[in-house]
Amino acid sequence: MSGLPILSLAIWVPVLAGFVVLLAGSDQNSPLARKLALLGALAGLLVTLPLYTGFDTTTPAMQFGELHPWIRRFGMNYHLGVDGISMLFVILNSFITVIVVLAGWKVIQSKVAQYNACFLIMSGLLNGIFVALDGMLFYVFFEASLIPLYLIIGVWGGPRRVYAAFKFFLFTLAGSLLLLLSLIYLYLHSNGSFSILEWHQLPLPLETQKWIFLAFLAAFAVKVPMWPVHTWLPDAHVEAPTGGSIVLAAIALKLGAYGFVRFSLPIAPDAAHAFSGLIIILSLIAVVYIGFVALAQEDMKKLVAYSSIAHMGFVTLGFFLFSSLGVEGALVQMISHGFVAGAMFYCIGVMYDRVHSRLIKDYGGVVNTMPKFAAFFMLFAMANAGLPATSGFVGEFMVIMASVKFNLCVAFLAASTMILGAAYTLWMYKRVVFGAVANHHVAELTDITAREFLVLALLALGALGIGLYPQPITEVMHSSVDELLRHISVSKIQ
Amino acid sequence: MENLYLLVPLAPLFGALIAGLLCRVIPKVLAHSVAIAGVGIAFVASVFIYQDVAAGNTFNGTVYQWLTSGDYSFQVGFLIDSLTVTMMLVVTFVSLMVHIYTIGYMQDDPGYNRFFSYISLFTFSMLMLVMANNFMQLFFGWEAVGLVSYLLIGFWYTRPTAIFANLKAFLANRVGDFGFILGIGLVLANFGTLDYQPVFDHARDFADATVSLIPGCDATTFSLMSVTCILLFVGAMGKSAQVPLHVWLPDSMEGPTPISALIHAATMVTAGIFMVSRMSPLFELSDTALSFVIVIGSITALFMGFLGIIQNDIKRVVAYSTLSQLGYMTVALGASAYSVAIFHLMTHAFFKALLFLAAGSVIIGMHHDQDIRNMGGLRKYMPITWLTFLIGSLALIGTPFFSGFYSKDSIIEAVSFSHIPGSGFAYFSVMAGVFITAFYSFRLYFLVFHGEERFGKAHKEGHDSHGEHHGLVHGQKPHETPWVVWLPLVLLAIPSVFIGYITIEPMLFGDFFGSAIFIDTEAHPVMEELTQDYHGAFAMALHALTSPVFWLAVAGVVSSWFLYLKQPQIPAKIKAACGPIHTLLENKYYFDKFYETVFAGGARLIGRGLWKGGDAGIIDGLIVGGSVRVVSGIAALARLFQSGHIYQYAFTMIFGVCAFLTLWLLWLMGFFARLN
Repeated sequence: MSGLPILSLAIWVPVLAGFVVLLAGSDQNSPLARKLALLGALAGLLVTLPLYTGFDTTTPAMQFGELHPWIRRFGMNYHLGVDGISMLFVILNSFITVIVVLAGWKVIQSKVAQYNACFLIMSGLLNGIFVALDGMLFYVFFEASLIPLYLIIGVWGGPRRVYAAFKFFLFTLAGSLLLLLSLIYLYLHSNGSFSILEWHQLPLPLETQKWIFLAFLAAFAVKVPMWPVHTWLPDAHVEAPTGGSIVLAAIALKLGAYGFVRFSLPIAPDAAHAFSGLIIILSLIAVVYIGFVALAQEDMKKLVAYSSIAHMGFVTLGFFLFSSLGVEGALVQMISHGFVAGAMFYCIGVMYDRVHSRLIKDYGGVVNTMPKFAAFFMLFAMANAGLPATSGFVGEFMVIMASVKFNLCVAFLAASTMILGAAYTLWMYKRVVFGAVANHHVAELTDITAREFLVLALLALGALGIGLYPQPITEVMHSSVDELLRHISVSKIQ
Repeated sequence: MENLYLLVPLAPLFGALIAGLLCRVIPKVLAHSVAIAGVGIAFVASVFIYQDVAAGNTFNGTVYQWLTSGDYSFQVGFLIDSLTVTMMLVVTFVSLMVHIYTIGYMQDDPGYNRFFSYISLFTFSMLMLVMANNFMQLFFGWEAVGLVSYLLIGFWYTRPTAIFANLKAFLANRVGDFGFILGIGLVLANFGTLDYQPVFDHARDFADATVSLIPGCDATTFSLMSVTCILLFVGAMGKSAQVPLHVWLPDSMEGPTPISALIHAATMVTAGIFMVSRMSPLFELSDTALSFVIVIGSITALFMGFLGIIQNDIKRVVAYSTLSQLGYMTVALGASAYSVAIFHLMTHAFFKALLFLAAGSVIIGMHHDQDIRNMGGLRKYMPITWLTFLIGSLALIGTPFFSGFYSKDSIIEAVSFSHIPGSGFAYFSVMAGVFITAFYSFRLYFLVFHGEERFGKAHKEGHDSHGEHHGLVHGQKPHETPWVVWLPLVLLAIPSVFIGYITIEPMLFGDFFGSAIFIDTEAHPVMEELTQDYHGAFAMALHALTSPVFWLAVAGVVSSWFLYLKQPQIPAKIKAACGPIHTLLENKYYFDKFYETVFAGGARLIGRGLWKGGDAGIIDGLIVGGSVRVVSGIAALARLFQSGHIYQYAFTMIFGVCAFLTLWLLWLMGFFARLN
């Protein structure tokens, strides 16, 4: 393991693969493009696996580090490294890329090479976000990764894609600028360093911390998304192609939450304490308010998008309880959500490809014609509702347990997801899958193909595996979470 | 021995996986053989474990570490003691009977293999629940049985009523689980662990602890144990269908009859009773919680019984009697007579599974007509079903020497000794319940097996939820069912008669449960007083002949005989005379209507309101739309200047330069003015 720059490979192998796929060119070569893309995605996944097997769980220090000067004049470095938190997201992201390439295999028939190249390049850039230890490098990856996502929605998206992209842009714009400003402020304040790890140690007065925290919040809350800056997400999901939705839900939403862990909490811990009440309230609104809104949805994708927001509410809630059970629960919830929400969007995509509708009322009795699919969909619906033995339970359980310890009122509202989550998910499942065959579209459905089966089975393996045995996931994050909590508990006010 | 413990849940799981994952590939024979073998192995292993436990060997250990986080660790592990092993025997035995019965009941169903997979999966989940040595795994099993119940109620997924019922069941249970998980959270927050043993060992240290529901508000400070136990019991109210979370159980009859017997009578619905007994060291610390338990139990026992009287669907009558009997068990829990509750749980599992399976046999004989108004005189055509059904009914109403007598009589006596607030009402409820139970049970029995033969007429549709045509056509007679169906009836009839007589002494008055159940004998001396009154099983039955309980039951049987066999025209008159009461019962006290309108309808309304009003209206309309309008407003203004006419541009430039120069001059003047 020693010599290879694994993290660089994790970033640049998919990016390079993306450019190679682009070379396949026009749609005449689409079979080649698909195979190359799959090969690239698999290679991308393969190079990240040593991160888990070679990971030292005893230390909170950054591992697999790489440090090269980038722009000397401004003290920017090409500085990479992972801890027990970011490592899991790198692997999850690389895994999801494989899923996405497989998911678009038959469905995407126009600009195949470009489509796959977008995803591969995005995958590399997203890995860059998770492993960057230089503030500016992080920012570059953070912004650059949006470009492929815009393209995916804009080129392969639905009829209102321009509106969706514009809305997304509007929400992100202010946040990104404030993020940049605070990065520059920290750079100036730390005597010319962009090192995130140095920023973690940087003493800051409370007022400054508050401003920085709010600036970060503006950037990250939109990405999570937290209430009330969440309304771009349902629109973006509805317009995005299935693959875009999967990446959006599985990885892109995690960027904001990751930002809290890497930036807000350790850099501005006193402000985090000062604002924790606000964040907890916003998170609970996300759980309860969005739970009700999800109940009223008529479009399956919107419904799952809203349920994503509610699940991400658990993530931000867990972070701001400042206990290891809460933080680790939130992180497990993030990983689980990658599998479960990804799978839910894929399931909707499978039906959409056949019927070309996402509206619940256009379905009914799908189980009659697609029994295998119905079984998978049931599994993921249950995972979405947080049933034990699925990954969806683990994070929710941990965060609820942590919130009971914190405050019974908070726990009461958080636990309402037990009822709401089950209600909106299973009510949709009932109307779509159960019942007699509703119309000729449903009657003509064909059950999943071998490739679709493979995708669903891979995701199911993840959802069930984490649910039955979450220990391998949590034990790698212990040291890093302890370190994070230590940062939070020590005041940086001087 | 530890491998044997593992074998008990894993054998049914293996059966479930084979029958389920390969359900489209393997033949029916293979599917049911694997499933039955799995449950059979679990039963035999349970018997061995029972002997081991009876010899005094208990076990408490970890199978694997599920999760660690901070100071907390959660594991999957087993606690094997007398309470566990009792449940294991009941679950595996009834499950085995139901598996065999299913071969006959489901033989023509296209979902045959799937059904076997589900019931084996259920057996696995239920075993994981009862064998757990910690709250986390308990919750795991708790939800898993809920899932399988959901799948099985909706087994016939094309029926609108079935898929309505299963969603309703899942959500009603989730309301219970909502309380349950908060209760578990309080345990973890205070004890620092979810393992039973350390929690029970230290429970007494928290007897006087308090918890604030709204931190900082003293008015909401209550005893920690009371809050914890009531929250845990809310979970039991969902799973064991106690008022007001009972609404799902009658509707669950939409599922195939074998699962009504297994899940909705014998095992899953008793999980709540088991759980409270398991938690006896906690509940004993809170009289408030016990009071709550006994009141909820008595309401369920009494008022659900009334509903059984007016039902015409054979399965629904049995379902309401299940609700009522679950109420009896809950009453026993509230009276601190945990072992009596478990005793009734066990006898009830046998005779109620028997009644359900016998009802299923009747349904087969009637070609899937479930309306008892279309039956009558069936004893001639279905002798084995008739006899076993009669045995089940006699056990249910508490006929001396039958199993149900021992358990029910013990409950009534225990309640009479209890001094928990609410026990007076409970005593009235369980006494009145005796009459009502006897009345509706024998109303059902007489209408089905005796009297005029009402089947085979030009009939109206029997059970309206069935999609296809059902019932006997003109001139057709009911017929006895094949041996795979009646054999389980016979095998269940045996314990329904004898199990009470045999086991009452060790279970209630011996030290069979030992340390598995904890009772604070000073505060709640119910079991001691019960023991003083006990002089052997035979004497107990003889003594009962002189007690009012027995004569209440006799009165119930006689009045149902009079009203439904002797003078069958009277019930209609009573119905007409008691119009409002009948309407109230017909609508099941309006619980369903209330929930559907207020909770289901309300939630949808709130959802729509927040979506259209909050998301679309305020956030998108005002904030997003507002900023869009500002941007486009500025843009529109800017567009005015881009007319393409050179003279306009030139004019603007000149105007700009002038304005700029003016400002600059003004500034200069000010500057110089300040200098001077």
